[in-house]
Amino acid sequence: MTDSNHHDDHGFAHPAPVKLLLAVFVSLVALTIITVVLNDLPLGSADIMIAMAIATLKAGLVCLFFMHMYWEKGFNLIAFFSSLFFVALFVGFTLMDTGSYRDSIDSFPEDKQPAPRVERSGPSVSSSGTQATPTLVGQLPVSGVTQNNHVRL
Amino acid sequence: MSTVETTADSHDEHHDDHHDHGEFIAHHFDNAEQQFDSGKLGIWAFLVTEVLFFSGLFVAYILYRYHHPEVFVDASQFLDKVLGGINTIVLLFSSLTMAWAVRAAQLGDNSFAGKLVLITMVCAAIFLGIKAVEYSHKWDLYILPVSYYNYMEGYHPEAETGGIAGALNISKWLVTLSFIPGVLLVAFSAGALVMAANHKRLMAQFMLGLALMMSGYFVGAFAGQTYQNWHEANLAAEHGDHHGHGHEAHGDVAENTTGPESQSAWPPQIGVFFSIYYCMTGLHAIHVVAGMIALSWLYFRCLKAHFRPDYFGPVDYVGLYWHLVDLIWIYLFPLLYLIN
Repeated sequence: MTDSNHHDDHGFAHPAPVKLLLAVFVSLVALTIITVVLNDLPLGSADIMIAMAIATLKAGLVCLFFMHMYWEKGFNLIAFFSSLFFVALFVGFTLMDTGSYRDSIDSFPEDKQPAPRVERSGPSVSSSGTQATPTLVGQLPVSGVTQNNHVRL
Repeated sequence: MSTVETTADSHDEHHDDHHDHGEFIAHHFDNAEQQFDSGKLGIWAFLVTEVLFFSGLFVAYILYRYHHPEVFVDASQFLDKVLGGINTIVLLFSSLTMAWAVRAAQLGDNSFAGKLVLITMVCAAIFLGIKAVEYSHKWDLYILPVSYYNYMEGYHPEAETGGIAGALNISKWLVTLSFIPGVLLVAFSAGALVMAANHKRLMAQFMLGLALMMSGYFVGAFAGQTYQNWHEANLAAEHGDHHGHGHEAHGDVAENTTGPESQSAWPPQIGVFFSIYYCMTGLHAIHVVAGMIALSWLYFRCLKAHFRPDYFGPVDYVGLYWHLVDLIWIYLFPLLYLIN
């Protein structure tokens, strides 16, 4: 095996420095802690954007250094990132599509649907429990009442 | 006749090339670098299909969250940030050891690469152990996909009295989930002993590695369960005074769901969230299992000292796959666990 074409001792291998790998790991853990801490702060509707921005930063670090994109051939990168274009098409068109017949879903006569019973078929509430009539979350305090099980998407 | 000659010729060439190439370079490649680059393109193409595979579930998530943000706020309170966060760090650490294993393989240090691959395998198993605790706890409370979802406020599952679950005071679901890892742990340990008794050192070491990986699952499950017990004891102590009965595992959830803005989030819709949750985390867990199998193969090849500076492709390819599994979790964690 001749290495005359290559610019270093390792041929086509590009071993990442250990210090770099450790630094990336420490940053990733720090970003994870930051995103958990930020989650407890009242940031309003921006929190999802901030969480996604941090996740993307983390993903960028993993891609660049752990996945060696920094040293990767451009063609492979184009091949990989083309997937994001198709994901964007997938998400975009699906969102447009649901919006387009939202009205007809909303006007669908829900109460004419057969209403399946939501009933506990599993083990009963612990006999030692003080709660005689178990309630479903946030709704329908009395068990045995029929409930419309139609799930809107 | 001519065909015979050409095959004979190419055969000769192959022999000549083989001299240059080393053991694992297939004869249809000019050289090691060409083989490596072809494999690289192949694995990137595979990762594209993986991204698109997961994107279907992300579309379901985006769509449902877009139309019903309140369901996500309510439902995500059933997910434990601490367990999710620990799992994130376990996976990030396994990514570090994987990337380090690629470096070791690139430098031809098979023994160190093997150790790092083994650590990666153990981390993967720890991840699954913690996940098993999370899943079994939810199944106990009937927090299930939409058609089976039947969570009731204040419901506390009866403690198991018989069998392993009763003896260890854990969920019977956790025992069920631990069955396969348990059988594999016993099998690999026995295999390691048999191989060692027969002086098959390499196989004994390999089996021991697999047994270590499986024990990682139980380390994760034990750590997760310990945290879960501690967390529930805390909640019970906190809410015992306010409510008069100390068995409310989700007292905080109970308080929040009585708010007027969450009235619309009745159970079947929270169940839709959990359908998405189980599909996404379940598919991710299947990828972790597949990664463990691929990593075991790498571990075996590291033990056989196959890798050299001009032949480390398999470590690099499995590494890329493993990092993608990590990338998906990097997005799943805030999307599922961190919703306010």
